[in-house]
Amino acid sequence: MSSEPKTLFEKVWEQHVVVEPKGEPTVLYIDLQLLHEVTSPQAFEGLRLAGRKVRRPDRSVATVDHNIPTTLEGRLHIVDQIAAKQMTALRKNCADFGIELFDVNSPDQGVVHVVGPELGFTKPGMTIVCGDSHTSTHGAFGALAFGIGTSEVEHVLATQTLPQSTPKTFRISVEGELQHGVTAKDIILAIIGKIGTDGATGCVIEYAGSAIRSLSMEGRMTVCNMSIEAGARAGMIAPDATTFAYLKGRRHSPKGAEWEQAVAEWSKLTTDPGAKFDRELVIDGSTLEPYVSWGTSPGMVAPITAKVPDPAAAATEIERNGFKRALEYMGLKAGTPLEEVSIDRVFIGSCTNGRIEDMRAAARVARGYKVSTHVNAMVVPGSHAVKEQAEAEGLDRIFREAGFEWREPGCSMCLAMNPDVLAPGERCASTSNRNFEGRQGRDSRTHLVSPEMAAAAAIAGHFVDIRTWKVNELATPEVKA
Amino acid sequence: MEKFTTLTSLAMPLDRANVDTDQIIPKQFLKRVERTGYGDFLFFDWRQTPEGKPVAAFVLNDPRYKGAQILVAGKNFACGSSREHAAWALSDFGFRVVIAPTFADIFFSNAGKNGIVLARLSEAQVATLLNNAQTIPGYKLTVSLEEQTVIDSRGFKASFEVDPFRKYCLLEGLDDIGLTLRHAAELDAFEAKHDEAGWLRAK
Repeated sequence: MSSEPKTLFEKVWEQHVVVEPKGEPTVLYIDLQLLHEVTSPQAFEGLRLAGRKVRRPDRSVATVDHNIPTTLEGRLHIVDQIAAKQMTALRKNCADFGIELFDVNSPDQGVVHVVGPELGFTKPGMTIVCGDSHTSTHGAFGALAFGIGTSEVEHVLATQTLPQSTPKTFRISVEGELQHGVTAKDIILAIIGKIGTDGATGCVIEYAGSAIRSLSMEGRMTVCNMSIEAGARAGMIAPDATTFAYLKGRRHSPKGAEWEQAVAEWSKLTTDPGAKFDRELVIDGSTLEPYVSWGTSPGMVAPITAKVPDPAAAATEIERNGFKRALEYMGLKAGTPLEEVSIDRVFIGSCTNGRIEDMRAAARVARGYKVSTHVNAMVVPGSHAVKEQAEAEGLDRIFREAGFEWREPGCSMCLAMNPDVLAPGERCASTSNRNFEGRQGRDSRTHLVSPEMAAAAAIAGHFVDIRTWKVNELATPEVKA
Repeated sequence: MEKFTTLTSLAMPLDRANVDTDQIIPKQFLKRVERTGYGDFLFFDWRQTPEGKPVAAFVLNDPRYKGAQILVAGKNFACGSSREHAAWALSDFGFRVVIAPTFADIFFSNAGKNGIVLARLSEAQVATLLNNAQTIPGYKLTVSLEEQTVIDSRGFKASFEVDPFRKYCLLEGLDDIGLTLRHAAELDAFEAKHDEAGWLRAK
């Protein structure tokens, strides 16, 4: 009578199977490819060398984000000639192959994973790829979205498909109510800390449970964004009323009768009761705390109330050596309370935490305070739309008055491929996604935290438990929390 | 893509787990628009000091392993960023094989597209190979893709799994796009129907 119960992932996958050749990977149709300057030039060059065209220019869109300076002056005169050449290459490639580009002067320019959802390119049920591992962000809408290499970028440009072997499925349910001060960022840091940076290798994660359902779209994007940090191929969340409310009226969202039909289709994208996952994990959301990473891998995290761990506690020798090496690199001693770790820099932004809600959350913490005299702090909105919205709400003024720099949109110090780089030895509270060695600059030290925790650290000069923070309530105008 | 059948080479031990692609090829080298020439920048920050002096203790600078085409590493090799530059750098430096207990997914795909064979062996087998490569001068391994084996001349023998299609592509050095385009007719038919789903349109 009824067919086998299916997972959200299986439903999306099945709608995109072009052909399943015997003994070969499935040829999967790709609805949307996002492009940026860093991982695309060799793909376009490959097309030219082979005399191939872009099959569906209407299913690709490009922006500049990784290399772009985040000061107005820096954008007018791009000093880094190699970076400038890469941006010029993207401009030419998009023009030659007919792909829409949000260039440096476009009001729609921004971090690719912020712009895609904001303009309504990202939709439930789609397959989405980008030459960037944080493409998993778009899974927050119930899309199957994953990062790919440059050869695959070329493959999608040429064929609008990718050969893919079927991943395993992994449901992580976060149930219960989060404590005050515990955010989407803390959920995902806790998950990575628990299952490890290879804990979901080969899997597509579906995030479920009441704590996930109660997150805004921004929060869901933060969670899905860092799926790759747990090794997952992708992360997904079933679309619901929150998703549809976010999508309605966006530039590339369906309109009128098509909207009604789309919502009807998207509403089918939930995991059926009784559907089987290869793996399952349930987490009690009420026990989660604000987290801080202490090492050089996103799995090296601890609650803010904890101390820097002792390598002696590691299970294996290779792990113990990794711990030791991480502490040495980070300049930390085992047993130091995390709240006593002082910082030099703060970065609020990135595809993980550069959205309007992140700006609001950080501004709420910063309001009426001053950044510590020994800290340099910057806020980098994820897109022009985020920047304008924040300015309309007066958030930029709160940041500036507190002593934060307010920048132009881009990837900025998340990966420091642009002028925003930490100096050797500098310690940064960062809302980004990776604390790898040298990620924010050679010999720099990154601690991953939520926007609230980053803002509080900027003011205190060291990490603080955001749950104890006193927010300055101002009479007018009220900032939306 | 260069074909791969069998390779006998020195084995270089990289005794670290969770080696991320930011280490394999740091970001400053991702600004280039070419596919070649990344070998000089492989493991750049581990290989030289900020002043540009070689770090003698780092295995890539150890003359004992000069010319090695097989890299042996800890679990979760090449995690993190999707940058294919990591595969280009390994390949350009001369590596044709990486042996580790596990690899990150995106790198797994990138390596295949660049003719690099990834051999997953058990933690214990990798520990043995790391130890042998560190302690036995001139320690060589033979990797056969056809047989799916890793052997040495002292009796070590391990087999690894490879997806049959991936194996075929590596053995033949096949271009993926060409393979997909064999299904052009199915693709045309699928796409025409798929385009009718307005809720899945990009624009």
